[in-house]
Amino acid sequence: MPLLAVDGLSRSFGKLVVLSQLDLLVEAGGIHAIIGPNGAGKTTFFNLVTGALGPDVGHIRFDGSEIVDLPSYRRTALGICRTFQNIRLFGSMTVLDNVLLGLHCRTRGGLLTPLVGVPFRRPRAEVGARERAGEILELVGLAGTAARSAVELPYGQQRRLEIARALASAPKLLLLDEPSAGMNTQETIELEALIGEVNRRGVTILLIEHKMSLVMKLSRVVTVLNFGQKIAEGPPAAIQRDPRVIEAYLGSE
Amino acid sequence: MLSDHTVSILIFAGIDVIMALSFYLPASAGQLSAGQGGFMALGAYTAAYLTVQHGTPFPLALAAGGLVGGLVGLAVGFPALRLRGLYLVLVTFGFGEMIRVLFLNAPAFGGPAGFAGIPPATTVWHVLGLLVVLLYFFTRLSGSRMGRAFAALRDDEAAAEAMGVNSTYVKLAAFAAGGVIAGLGGALYAHYTLFIDPEAFGVGRSLFVMLYAVFGGLASFWGAVAGAAILSILPELLRWVKDWREIFYGLLVLTMMLVRPQGLLDAALLARLFPRGERAAARG
Repeated sequence: MPLLAVDGLSRSFGKLVVLSQLDLLVEAGGIHAIIGPNGAGKTTFFNLVTGALGPDVGHIRFDGSEIVDLPSYRRTALGICRTFQNIRLFGSMTVLDNVLLGLHCRTRGGLLTPLVGVPFRRPRAEVGARERAGEILELVGLAGTAARSAVELPYGQQRRLEIARALASAPKLLLLDEPSAGMNTQETIELEALIGEVNRRGVTILLIEHKMSLVMKLSRVVTVLNFGQKIAEGPPAAIQRDPRVIEAYLGSE
Repeated sequence: MLSDHTVSILIFAGIDVIMALSFYLPASAGQLSAGQGGFMALGAYTAAYLTVQHGTPFPLALAAGGLVGGLVGLAVGFPALRLRGLYLVLVTFGFGEMIRVLFLNAPAFGGPAGFAGIPPATTVWHVLGLLVVLLYFFTRLSGSRMGRAFAALRDDEAAAEAMGVNSTYVKLAAFAAGGVIAGLGGALYAHYTLFIDPEAFGVGRSLFVMLYAVFGGLASFWGAVAGAAILSILPELLRWVKDWREIFYGLLVLTMMLVRPQGLLDAALLARLFPRGERAAARG
């Protein structure tokens, strides 16, 4: 059974059809890349899967259940989380607090929780959350930066923090929206290793990416979108040779 | 040991700090309210009505004032869910005025003549006691799950939702809690002034409450505390300026907004006052 099954998904903004009748299956355990020229509908697709946008028509099944009517935060609780193409970290918060926020749906505690518990001692749940957040920061290579303000980090590290924050929600499916954008070669190589490691730990990855080297090395399946429609799908080597793809995407460069 | 005059300054300053905190709480989740005077009125009238008409013990009346403030805060939170920024300010402003006019036209509460004969009950210890509880709460909140959800919502609501924060729930909780705090403030106020009328809780009150918090800085609840304490005690110390008092006061606020638009205590100053390690420890 596929982890994510998208069926006849369409979305338009006014007269502009951004996504048209998209069918897509994401198998559990792999890395699935989505490529296509700018304006092909890739980020809109992510917004529809995570619930930031509602579709005009179509179905989205995740882990066997229909999620198309669920609000964003409930999809996160079910195990879908994302990073943003234009980095959207919480600017007033530290690196650690950004990751702790990612743990929101995996922890408990309401508005009155601060009033209970032993004074001047951190609640046990909070201690556990901080340990978990520390492990995740270590995994993405940001262990030394916990106390810094998130927006003070260099660009490449902010992208890693976006991944850390999403990982904190313990996703089954992680959606990465151009994670290598703005990264230099060295940073891209490190990112590739990180994505591979996250995937090895059992997280299925859906990846929007413009750097073809990254797509070719990482992904098992590539879906190509153009003007909101799927024009090709298959293993990366076959996609690279597909004449429609070359014309629409590679040929346009 | 304290003169009546000093006690009076402390109580009014303390209530101003409580009110500024009632504004700060929803503001820390990005929800700006220009109607805290309305919640204060609800708390004041509820508690005063209970002690005067039913002889309810003061602690119970105080709790009832907070409860009514909280329930109405919850109700105001619903229309606020779809509104942002300036629009939210206008709607909460309208709410505050609505409450004022409601009490103006309610004979049971004295109408425009006001509600008199409230038994004296509020002491400086009640005010300081509530402040201690609130400061403890806010200190612990900033390092808690809900405190982070508030901050995330203020920074970027869509990103917070995508990370699993139920923004509806968090906003309603913030509004309700702000209403509880303002209701408690109102109940304390009524049992110290012993007379209340709707004009005491009008636009002026709501705007001053907002000003206290903004003057002090919205980066931390300490800003609301400092802003309210300074701005309500300062006029008392400036009596020697006599006729110039109001002008001096106005100029101070104006200068502040020009020199430090982010408020007295901004993130940089807070970091200097409370270095990371100590701040983390203080959070408990």
